[in-house]
Amino acid sequence: MAEQKILLHTSGLTIGYPSGKNKSKAIAGPLDLALFAGQLVCLLGPNGCGKSTLLRTISGLQEPLGGGIELEGKNLRQLKPSQVAKKISLVLTDNVRSGNLDVYSLIALGRYPYSGWLGILTEQDKLIIDQAIKATGTGAFLGRKIDSLSDGECQKVMLARAMAQDTPLIILDEPTAHLDLPSRIQLMRLLHQLAKETNKAILLSTHELDLALQVADQIWLMSSGGGLDAGLPEELVLNGAFQHAFNKDEIEFDAATGTFNIHYAGKQTISVTGDSTTAFWTRKALVRNGFSISATAEKKLTVSGEDSHPVWEVDDNGKRAVYTTLSEFLDTIKI
Amino acid sequence: MNKIKVLVLLSLLVTAFLLDVAMGSVHIPLKDVIKVLFTPDAGNDTWVYIIEKIRLPKALTAIIVGCGLSVSGLQMQTLFRNPLAGPSVLGITAGASLGVALVMLSAGSITSLYTIKELGISGSWLIIMASSLGAALIMILIVGISSSLKDNVIVLIVGVMIGNITLSVISIWQYFSSPELIKDYLLWTFGSLGGVTGGQLLILAVVVAAGLLISFLSSKLLDALLLGDNYARSMGLTVKRARILIIASTSILAGGITAFCGPIGFIGIAVPHLARALFSTSNHRILIPACCLIGTVLMLICDIIAQMPGSQTVLPINVITALVGSPVVIWVIAGPKKLRGF
Repeated sequence: MAEQKILLHTSGLTIGYPSGKNKSKAIAGPLDLALFAGQLVCLLGPNGCGKSTLLRTISGLQEPLGGGIELEGKNLRQLKPSQVAKKISLVLTDNVRSGNLDVYSLIALGRYPYSGWLGILTEQDKLIIDQAIKATGTGAFLGRKIDSLSDGECQKVMLARAMAQDTPLIILDEPTAHLDLPSRIQLMRLLHQLAKETNKAILLSTHELDLALQVADQIWLMSSGGGLDAGLPEELVLNGAFQHAFNKDEIEFDAATGTFNIHYAGKQTISVTGDSTTAFWTRKALVRNGFSISATAEKKLTVSGEDSHPVWEVDDNGKRAVYTTLSEFLDTIKI
Repeated sequence: MNKIKVLVLLSLLVTAFLLDVAMGSVHIPLKDVIKVLFTPDAGNDTWVYIIEKIRLPKALTAIIVGCGLSVSGLQMQTLFRNPLAGPSVLGITAGASLGVALVMLSAGSITSLYTIKELGISGSWLIIMASSLGAALIMILIVGISSSLKDNVIVLIVGVMIGNITLSVISIWQYFSSPELIKDYLLWTFGSLGGVTGGQLLILAVVVAAGLLISFLSSKLLDALLLGDNYARSMGLTVKRARILIIASTSILAGGITAFCGPIGFIGIAVPHLARALFSTSNHRILIPACCLIGTVLMLICDIIAQMPGSQTVLPINVITALVGSPVVIWVIAGPKKLRGF
């Protein structure tokens, strides 16, 4: 792999809000972060930890309290808005549905930093707009007004606008919020693809932990105290950063499965043998019904047979029983 | 498609213009109106006088007012991202009135159509400046307030209240004036297209043309502001500078017109909606000329209705613009597209 190109990096960056005269409220920092071309970076963290503030600061919408941000080797604060607009494009949570805009006009606004004083589009501009439309699959609703789109469609259109702005870095603030599950997966896959195919750096904040673990090249994990861990998704799972950032009472991150356990530890214990898909889902069903899975339990379950014809065999201190459906097995064992 | 719409609007404009000049308490046949317009020394001296000194300036004023108020309304709706913004609704014309009243007060006379008409050239410029500054003051106040308020309707109510406060200040001073002068002021608040002639018409035309030019030159800025301040900034717009430019041109347009014609309502809020609906676009490069065309036609029609064709009575122009404009506002609030479709 060729040497990675640093697009943006921060040194000793402190973010927060000014509060009153000569006072300020720091939210997080100092942060030393770097964004590379072709990478998808997911910013995760609990509500209120400062994800949006960090994104707004990096994109130049908000002044940092301290430290510096360098964009392609130049100090971000010394660049004019028109120069930054050619390097960073944004997808925000701001409402855009009140402008009587049709989809094409909205996407075409992405060419704003390049067009002349009257905003007339050249052939070159139109070509780039068409590419953005194609890449995001928004061609089907070009003629529609923006307020007639679903949340998922609207998010794709906003992404197309950012693509049309043709910047090496795209920053998205919670792009998956308000989307249904298929749209969320679709959008994340699209972003992953774009990062790989166009060599853009994409930075997004999200609450979709499992999706982020699957698509992110890097994860920035913020915790409520203002700290930030950056690294490969797998590294952060293995070194316990996830547990640290998200663990609250009664909720724990399970490093073995990469998910959060929502069930209390069960009082009854059972051991489960078998590694078929059926065995995997049987374990889930048992946990939901108040069992803890333990290899040393007295009650022993063996799941055997093909996934099309599974057999559940229970050995409870020598008392044996065989079941052929999961519900039959659960109904009996729950009592 | 757009070409046909423009042609239809242009022919409507010519028709309405001719009718407006032909209508009035003295009947002049349309044929003679056209003759006088193209060959000024032909025909009946009285008719030539009426047309050249009274009706032509009034029709030209209607055109200037229609363009200026519509475009200032369009700019306000985009700047506030609020479909119900307009110079008369958000108290901008009230601010302009305050500016006018202050100048008249310090000059020791009363704000009325008559006194404004009697002003010399330098007085006219002074009134326009005071009026525009008054408009700008209220506008900056409302921009400041609206940045911390998310709800469109609340911004609107605050604007209406600020307008009321401004008008009260003027009224308190008016209250201590003699009854004849109060009547004069009331007549001014009804709005009038008839008081602007000669040098004043030229001054008004120059001021409004300047405002329209600034507005057209900032059409790209206005487009970017449709997505809100943050997106506008991320696309390279210096939001503060753009705001100042837009506030300046809006104040010049609304202030200049209010100084000479009184506060004329509803054109500023209604016409931009008609323009968006007719041309189905959000592009200000198209919307600004469209507003000028539609605003002109609408203002001329309002003036024709105000003549009450066939009678000797002339109704105040503000009454007619309210009758025509209010249904459009109701359509915006309660119509099929609700508040979103601005």
